[in-house]
Amino acid sequence: MTGTVGVRTWWVHLLLIGAVVIVIGPVIWIVGAGFRTQISLLMGQFWFDPELFNFEEVLFSKTSEYLLNFRNSLIVGSLSTALCLTVATLGAYSMHRMRWPRWVVHSLLGWALIFHLIPPIALAGAWFAMFRNVGLDNTFTALILAHATLNLPMALWLMGVFVREVPVELEEAARIDGATTPALLRQVIVPLVMPGLAATAVLVFIFSWNEFPVALNLSLKQTATVPVAIAKYAQDFEIKYTEMAASATLSIIPALILLLVAQRYIVRGLTAGALK
Amino acid sequence: MATSEIRGIDEPAAGVKTGPASANLQDEASWRWLTLSPTVIVFALLTILPLANMLYMSFFNVGWAQGSMVLTPVGLQNYRDIWGDNLFLAGIRNTLIFVVAATSAEMVLGFGLALFCSRITRGRTFYRAVFILPILIPGIVIGAIWKLMYNFDFGIINQLIGIVSIPAQDWLGQYETALLSVIIVDIWHWTPFCFLLLLASIEGLPQDVYEAAKIDGASFWQELFRITLPMMWPAILVTFVFRMIVAFKVFDEVFLLTSGGPGTATEVVSFTIYQRFFTEDRIGFGSALSVVTIFIVLMLLVLTLSARKRRKAGA
Repeated sequence: MTGTVGVRTWWVHLLLIGAVVIVIGPVIWIVGAGFRTQISLLMGQFWFDPELFNFEEVLFSKTSEYLLNFRNSLIVGSLSTALCLTVATLGAYSMHRMRWPRWVVHSLLGWALIFHLIPPIALAGAWFAMFRNVGLDNTFTALILAHATLNLPMALWLMGVFVREVPVELEEAARIDGATTPALLRQVIVPLVMPGLAATAVLVFIFSWNEFPVALNLSLKQTATVPVAIAKYAQDFEIKYTEMAASATLSIIPALILLLVAQRYIVRGLTAGALK
Repeated sequence: MATSEIRGIDEPAAGVKTGPASANLQDEASWRWLTLSPTVIVFALLTILPLANMLYMSFFNVGWAQGSMVLTPVGLQNYRDIWGDNLFLAGIRNTLIFVVAATSAEMVLGFGLALFCSRITRGRTFYRAVFILPILIPGIVIGAIWKLMYNFDFGIINQLIGIVSIPAQDWLGQYETALLSVIIVDIWHWTPFCFLLLLASIEGLPQDVYEAAKIDGASFWQELFRITLPMMWPAILVTFVFRMIVAFKVFDEVFLLTSGGPGTATEVVSFTIYQRFFTEDRIGFGSALSVVTIFIVLMLLVLTLSARKRRKAGA
């Protein structure tokens, strides 16, 4: 009996490792391409001597603005995440725990769902016209507001799930002890939803970091984010393949770090969003 | 299920609250507004206002003079033009093919992998960590990766099929393979997401049912079709709809891989809107395209919801 189970597990592992190779292979290949010379890549050589030339070129050459793009992405990512989470946490708490009439909650969440369905490029057009009319075009403010709004439906939904998990009895106890709403939020709700808040924050940040269509159309040279910069490499008259590979490699570093330190939160966020 | 449970707790608590907390009633009433208003303001100013503005612009020809908009009313002309816009019609067609083909493949593969992964005890965390990776990589980077891999001259895909003596293909450059190639990229990108959600749902299934089935001597297939699939149906449906929504928005990969070409082989709705609105600067017409696209998306939502309702009513 144990023998058959052993054979079966071995077989399953083999299959899963095959899937792992398919998933990781392309990523390793692009990282490798970042360490090649253009000639080595074009000749299709399998073995090559790794060189740092492309990374030096991308990071430090005078014509490259990659460090600026990286900084821009960090600014937009962190500020839009902070804004989005503040609005979503307060909103989710209010909707689920402050006894609003049903239609208020339903219409807000319903609109969030509809808004989430709209292709971002259609929103980019709408925002582009609006921000241009109020003189906010090509500013960080516009991009931060846009990204915070774009991720708000997901954040509202996730924070709603986590807020509902807080036992009402704890709130009752705090109320009886005379806690005001801000004290209640600060000392009871936020500490209790902290793991959920972290999960949401990680996802919102990554989605902002990865976002392309809106960033492409709401930014110019000075405010361009990393995905916009990478797209530029691919669009140049003569594609600089290896530099594109190097910049792509650098761009996934934040996601890799988050995957290593916050995997639990990412899984929690992704699954709670869909399955609860 | 979870919601009804929590509402159950919620209701009696609401009655208790009015008693001792009544001193704070004034405070609570104002905080009730203060906590909800940021959400309402963001929705009003950053979603409804710009979308209403876009709807308005779709009835105009929009030009620029000294940095400000000049609107010339054209009535319904922009909407009439849509039916003659071959790019948009091709975009709709390709998007639908793309959505159906990619999400179906992702669901089947993701479910298979999740099923296998749930059968092992050791290494599950490792596999899960690896499979999250594609979800976290920017779409544009995924486009860049596959653009290099599909390359006719040096791409690894032509190198690999060269080993088994299949002639090299210009995957993204020829009409027959272009859309398929983009679909394959999407499958690579999002199968792990389906895997992750479906695995979480499998892990949440009650184990005693399986033990009972084992005692009754159920085969693997009986277990799959009589127990696992019926119990997972809601999760499968949610994952499927989730994926369809995101797939409908596809833009990044197409932008980088093919820009809609060759011809209109990989033209998708989002890319048409981008070309008309931004590249050609036809803001009025681009707005009309966006409005129609949003309308189509809403129709799909209504169809899904009513199908679900009918299914529930039938059951």
